[in-house]
Amino acid sequence: MSDDHDHHDGDEHELRVSKIRNGTVIDHVRGGQALNVLAILGIDGSEGEEVSVGMNVPSDRLARKDIVKVEGRELSQDEVDVLSLIAPDATINIVREYEVIEKHRVEPPEIVAGVLSCPNAGCITTSGEPVDSRFEVLEDGVRCDYCGTIVRDEIAALIDT
Amino acid sequence: MRHDHLITSKQLTREDIETILDRAAEIDADPSAVADRHTNTLLGLLFFEPSTRTKMSFETAMKRLGGDVVDMGSVESSSVKKGETLADTVRVIEGYTDALVLRHPKQGSATMASEFVDVPLVNAGDGAGHHPSQTLLDLYTIRENAGLDDLTIGIMGDLKYGRTVHSLAHALTNFDAQQHFISPESLRLPREVVYDLHQEDGGAGIREHETLEEILPSLDVLYVTRIQRERFPDEQEYQKVAGEYQIGTETLEAAGDELTIMHPLPRVDEIAPEIDETDHAAYFEQAHNGVPVRMALLDLLLSDDGAADRRGGEADE
Ligand SMILES: [Zn+2]
Repeated sequence: MSDDHDHHDGDEHELRVSKIRNGTVIDHVRGGQALNVLAILGIDGSEGEEVSVGMNVPSDRLARKDIVKVEGRELSQDEVDVLSLIAPDATINIVREYEVIEKHRVEPPEIVAGVLSCPNAGCITTSGEPVDSRFEVLEDGVRCDYCGTIVRDEIAALIDT
Repeated sequence: MRHDHLITSKQLTREDIETILDRAAEIDADPSAVADRHTNTLLGLLFFEPSTRTKMSFETAMKRLGGDVVDMGSVESSSVKKGETLADTVRVIEGYTDALVLRHPKQGSATMASEFVDVPLVNAGDGAGHHPSQTLLDLYTIRENAGLDDLTIGIMGDLKYGRTVHSLAHALTNFDAQQHFISPESLRLPREVVYDLHQEDGGAGIREHETLEEILPSLDVLYVTRIQRERFPDEQEYQKVAGEYQIGTETLEAAGDELTIMHPLPRVDEIAPEIDETDHAAYFEQAHNGVPVRMALLDLLLSDDGAADRRGGEADE
């Protein structure tokens, strides 16, 4: 079972990334996207959060992967959904007292609201109106529900932080 | 019609389009028959950027149906100047009127506004986005002159910022139409529009060109739009392309006798005045068609059936 490999794989980088007691482990993030994952979650360390990041660690499933561990924070379903935009293969492990008590795969949502800001300066959602941004999730990108702008490669740059 | 609002031509099915155009043809044939169909009906005109023609066309349409209009006036003299949001403006004017027409410089403004109101709202142009009532009068004109099926149409000019072009191209995917898009490299269709056209049409009926020459002889309709000088970084760049996209009598030597030339107007120098007197010219007819088409549209949006649909829609939720 590939999961077993992953566990083995996980054990190896325990050396690099310390175990957490309570919180969330986001595993199988595409190599190089760990900092964007933190940006989506609004974590920049300024609140004193205890965060461990492993970047470009060897993985069986992805050639290279990133791993993010956040002590003392359990991700909500909304946060997990949005992660799928930049980390579609991620697995989310909720940890309590050093035990993984829940394991989720991310599922792309159909709509992402209030998370990304539209890159189109001519879009009504960027004009101080009382509306949240809203994007339809396409197979290979996202599309603003208001102005229709499609974003494919630069989604992480649109994250409202 | 099943829709409460008309925001983009994408929401229109072939059946919707035919219903509106058929109704417009009836009205065109006998305008007096509908002269008091909507007495005591008030249409709110919210034009956040100037557009004399579209505004007057809606105003005429409403008055010819027996109703009246209230007009926000120019942006300079309105509360918008004081920083009121569009969301607030439409919610206030909704309370005065039975339907709204909105022209606004921001893309997506009509979609947003429609989320704040219950009366029917017609998008009369949202930035570089959509202009569906223009599309309906374009389709009406095409149907009268060339028919909507087995149609080969060239759409030429500023395809990047031209909302009338985007709206028309979407609507034409409902018909058996070959669409040829002709523009300078820098003013090609936005990728969003191409994406949609491929989704809706499989891309089968869509081709892009930089010059008119090669496809002109095969066209039934040539839809010309203005290439705006201000889109170009410098005058020289503009001069280089501008001439290529102008239609003169010599251009038409290669065209078929039946070619219909259209333009949403205003034109500057895209079409030589000599063309006006030829059988090819349909642009003034096109502009006149705005009134019966908008009468048909307003009639359908304001009719009891439409109101029943709106109530039904709410009950379902
Ligand atoms: Zn947008």
